[in-house]
Amino acid sequence: MEKKLGVYICSGCEIGEGLNIEQLSQIATKEYKMQICKTHTAMCGEEGVGLIKKDIEAEGVNHIVIAACSNRVKYDVFDFGPANFVERVNLREQVVWSHDWTKKVQVKTKDAEGKEEVKEEIKPNEDTQMLAEDYLRMGIVKAQKTNPVDPYLIENVERSILVIGGGITGLTAAIEAATTGYDVTIVERAQQLGGYAAKQRKQVPTKAPYTQLEQTNIQEKIKGATANPRITIKTNTEIARISGAPGQFDVSFKPAGTKSVWDVPPPKKKEEDKDKPAAEAKIEEPVELPADLIKCEDILTSNPDAERFGSIIVAAGGTPSDPSGFEHLGYGKFANVITNVMMEDTASKGKIIRPSDRKEAKTVAFIQSPGLDGDDSDFPYSSSVTSLISLKQAQYVREDYNDGKAYIIYKHMRTPGHYENFYKSAQNDEGIFLTRGEVKAVTENADKSLTVEVDDTILGEKIAVNVDMVVLATGMVPATQLEPVINLAYRQGPAFKDLELFDGYADSNYICFPYETRRTGVYTAGNVRQTMTNGECIEDATGAALKAIQCLESTNRGMAVHPRSGDMSFPEFFFQRCTQCKRCTEECPFGALDDDEKGTPKPNPTRCRRCGTCMGACPERIVSFKNYHIDMIGSMVKAINVPEEEEEKYRIVAFVCENDAYPALDMAGLHKLKYSADIRFIPVRCLGSVNTIWIADAMSKGNDGVLLIGCKYGDDYQCHFVKGSELCNKRMDNVAETLGKLRLEPVRVQQIQFSIDEYNKIPEVIDKFVKVIEGVGFNPMKGF
Amino acid sequence: MADEKTGAPVSGTILVVGGGISGITTALEAAEVGYEVFIVEKNPYLGGRVAQLNKYFPKLCPPTCGLEINFQRIKNNKNIKWFTLTEVEKISGGAGNYDVTLKTNPRYVNNNCTCCGKCAEVCDVEIPNEFNFGMDRRKAAYLPHEMAFPQRYVLDQSIIGKPTAQKCKDSCAYNAIDLDDKARTFDIKAASIVWATGWNPYDAKKMDNLSFGKVQNVITNMMMERLAAVNGPTKGKIVRPSDGKQVNNIAFVQCAGSRDDNHLPFCSYICCLASLKQTTYIREANPKSKATIFYIDLRTPGRYEKFYKKVKADTNVSFVKGKVAKIEEDTETKDVIVTVEDTLSGKKIHERFDMVVLATGMEPSTATSKVPGNAKYDENNFVISDEILSTGCVKKPSDVMSSGQTATGTALKAIQTLVRR
Repeated sequence: MEKKLGVYICSGCEIGEGLNIEQLSQIATKEYKMQICKTHTAMCGEEGVGLIKKDIEAEGVNHIVIAACSNRVKYDVFDFGPANFVERVNLREQVVWSHDWTKKVQVKTKDAEGKEEVKEEIKPNEDTQMLAEDYLRMGIVKAQKTNPVDPYLIENVERSILVIGGGITGLTAAIEAATTGYDVTIVERAQQLGGYAAKQRKQVPTKAPYTQLEQTNIQEKIKGATANPRITIKTNTEIARISGAPGQFDVSFKPAGTKSVWDVPPPKKKEEDKDKPAAEAKIEEPVELPADLIKCEDILTSNPDAERFGSIIVAAGGTPSDPSGFEHLGYGKFANVITNVMMEDTASKGKIIRPSDRKEAKTVAFIQSPGLDGDDSDFPYSSSVTSLISLKQAQYVREDYNDGKAYIIYKHMRTPGHYENFYKSAQNDEGIFLTRGEVKAVTENADKSLTVEVDDTILGEKIAVNVDMVVLATGMVPATQLEPVINLAYRQGPAFKDLELFDGYADSNYICFPYETRRTGVYTAGNVRQTMTNGECIEDATGAALKAIQCLESTNRGMAVHPRSGDMSFPEFFFQRCTQCKRCTEECPFGALDDDEKGTPKPNPTRCRRCGTCMGACPERIVSFKNYHIDMIGSMVKAINVPEEEEEKYRIVAFVCENDAYPALDMAGLHKLKYSADIRFIPVRCLGSVNTIWIADAMSKGNDGVLLIGCKYGDDYQCHFVKGSELCNKRMDNVAETLGKLRLEPVRVQQIQFSIDEYNKIPEVIDKFVKVIEGVGFNPMKGF
Repeated sequence: MADEKTGAPVSGTILVVGGGISGITTALEAAEVGYEVFIVEKNPYLGGRVAQLNKYFPKLCPPTCGLEINFQRIKNNKNIKWFTLTEVEKISGGAGNYDVTLKTNPRYVNNNCTCCGKCAEVCDVEIPNEFNFGMDRRKAAYLPHEMAFPQRYVLDQSIIGKPTAQKCKDSCAYNAIDLDDKARTFDIKAASIVWATGWNPYDAKKMDNLSFGKVQNVITNMMMERLAAVNGPTKGKIVRPSDGKQVNNIAFVQCAGSRDDNHLPFCSYICCLASLKQTTYIREANPKSKATIFYIDLRTPGRYEKFYKKVKADTNVSFVKGKVAKIEEDTETKDVIVTVEDTLSGKKIHERFDMVVLATGMEPSTATSKVPGNAKYDENNFVISDEILSTGCVKKPSDVMSSGQTATGTALKAIQTLVRR
């Protein structure tokens, strides 16, 4: 359908007071020859909206440029259905609410006697007007350059789910997904389902009143899953590789403990000498796989015997951590010093006995915190779960022996939330002794009993307890710490990313969005995320099942998942011009691309989160989205009317993150905070999508500086696309070099890390940058 | 939508009661699978308790960042409808087929509102600002906070019928003020109901020995969040309520109400981390400042131990194990004197602070306002019913991350009741 633009300028909310609307309209009507340009005092009102609707119907307008308030408000009244593209020009928050409408001008006049006089006059602020005019130009250009979005739809989206791990988490996820109507396959390395939960005598309470130990329901879950016609179970099986993408993951299975040609080959070594300025942002070192005797197939070779799944839940659990590092506790030295996992194993098989002589262990000491000299940490990977486990196992001692005694020596008793009730029930048991203290040493006596020396900090004395057995409250090392688990046949490597941030736990690093990983369609649950109680594993598994279902349903509709949920645009590649530089493959925060042996990227659109980092990375500029592309933003930059040097006005282009920086600018406007009108903001999906050509465009058009405002990066990154703002920063070295070649000062281009709640700092940040630019003076390329 | 593979009927609406982070998460996660969801929120805005927080632990990132994403998701998703200033009056029927009566209280401002702020400019009546726990006053025509969604003003009930209200109406160029707005009730049908009405800070006045309300410079942890926030009563300056003086020496009193059979017998899960987080507010704002945390046990569940270590590395933050016995005021200086027995040294301490923060716990909202339908509660009024589902802090004390987790799982549970019909 032919594109027909209409421009609608609102003069309400002080826009009309701050701006000359007539003059602004002429930008549309004269400069851009728009046939339809209407103004209204309240475009969002019934009448204003009616005006637009009428033009849609009568005039065939289908690209609507509304110059009014921010697109964050009135989004609903200005929604004219999917057939009509709407571009909002933010004249309110980012123009009239944040800039002066008038300014004092000194005017020389002659008085009656011909004497020269300097008078101050108040005139409309031309800088504010020019700002509005530039924004309108940019809005019109954007509407001209956008294209209708065609979703990426794949035929036969596979709607079954793969669950890795058949413990309590995996079983729960499978049952929950099956109950909702989806087919599930559980792959479990061991001979039997059940994992650690099947080796527990009892579990800590999962329901009110949270005081009594409960039977685990793991056997029912195993039965339920085995009997469920929607659930397929593969025990004694491992994953050789997972290739493909959401909706079409191809999974190669193999017998547990074997090698396969479909194992993921070790990632290719990087060509270190290759000149790659942008590739400072190289892929993080992938987990090295052990040298393999079998030559593995390349990741792009497809296995005809692979099974197809739509999405994946990783519930691979963990392995007990080894406490031998704490020598004073005697683990490994004394037979009767064991871990809580060994204790559970003993307890699940019968009465509690000690390993040295299989005699009854009636007095047991539990050690929560292994450190010395005031170190009050629990064992590594404890979460708060180890406190609960010791409380539980102390009760086993009491269950088995009427005269049983349990000592729990802790530094912090960690029983958060409802678990406090469970703690209290232990406190009420006269055979359970809870002591805050530091264990100085564990020594073995002739009869193989143990003496635990404690600095009891509550009683303020040293005590020594004689016990049959010592249990160390150790945590679980997540499976993801030890091996890739998911074995992705992805060019960026087989494992999850950012594992080092959380000691190997596969975490999203998002507080608000705990299930997101950097591998689209792969969701984690249970002990791979943090050490959890059975109850917590069950809850976590249910959430992961929802996410897995949601992902394949979204894929089926051609929609992106988090954080641009519902977005139907996706990147397209003009391969004829690809130089195989691999930057897109390397930089994509989500590992969406796999390059072939030549280095040509293979896009996997259903892995894509639509941030545009690939577009930002590409030096040949062959990556584009229908509604977000190099030419669109470049043309918007070029639409800015840069004044001649004689006019003595600076111009700065700012690319701002639309998720955080842009709302912050709106907030600054709402608070009527004022800042320089020399700067023009262009919202981008993520700073990662900023291609350096836009910066070059801005500078060659005579703009005096470029500012990039994006999210914080580093360990506590706030970038919604994880790496976008960081990658942008890495590209800045490259930009500085280019500027140097053009004899332009590198300070002209800067990136700022900005949070959404820092709106009060907007004037400071902007005006500081403007000062810097004023310091280096006008762009010498102006006017060329 | 129908599940093409199973042919199971999957229609029906999920009603989520409570528009905080848990409610929003349940609603969005279900809506993004493809189900129709209603969110009902009693405040004039969505966002709930987290909208009042300055930062999240452990990343110290702003809650508005995640809320903004969620609001974008709501704006972009046609499956979600939301009702602010609305409460559930009555629920009848059962799972798969509920009849629900909703009551929307008047906002006195209609959809025409452009958020231009003119009504607030002319409004000459100020009321205590509830959003900031009464630490400042706001106009009776107000936007609850700048990130409020929907971005629409509210007229406080107290000015209705008074000249100020008329003045506000007259100032509005968009015919957005409707002084005749009335509470209205309406009925909807829902197949599944999720209760996500969250928590209230436990009333600190109930603990006599902690002197909240009697000693001016004793505040609660939620008040501290507002004090530290840029959009708070002091624009982010952490100063004492009595005299506006900079705070150099602050104490945090843990388990203020929690783990106490006379108050909240359970552990409120978040308070240790909240105090650890709040030490960073004051330490960052004032490098000379000192902070002391009085605790029973430091509970850093999940992977938060790392955050505790980070705070502990700051030598200006000290930790004293002991339950605070008494809080008094030096009437002259308005300093706060804390009496506590240090259980590690056995000594009784009297220490003087500029300000004291009570780490008050969370009480489920259902302690004061029950589900108007069939629901079960535990002994502390948390909702534990299986039919009307519950999620977030009305189910169990949780932090934001675990709320997100359980709320996602609850979305699936709600969907299952539709699928099974």
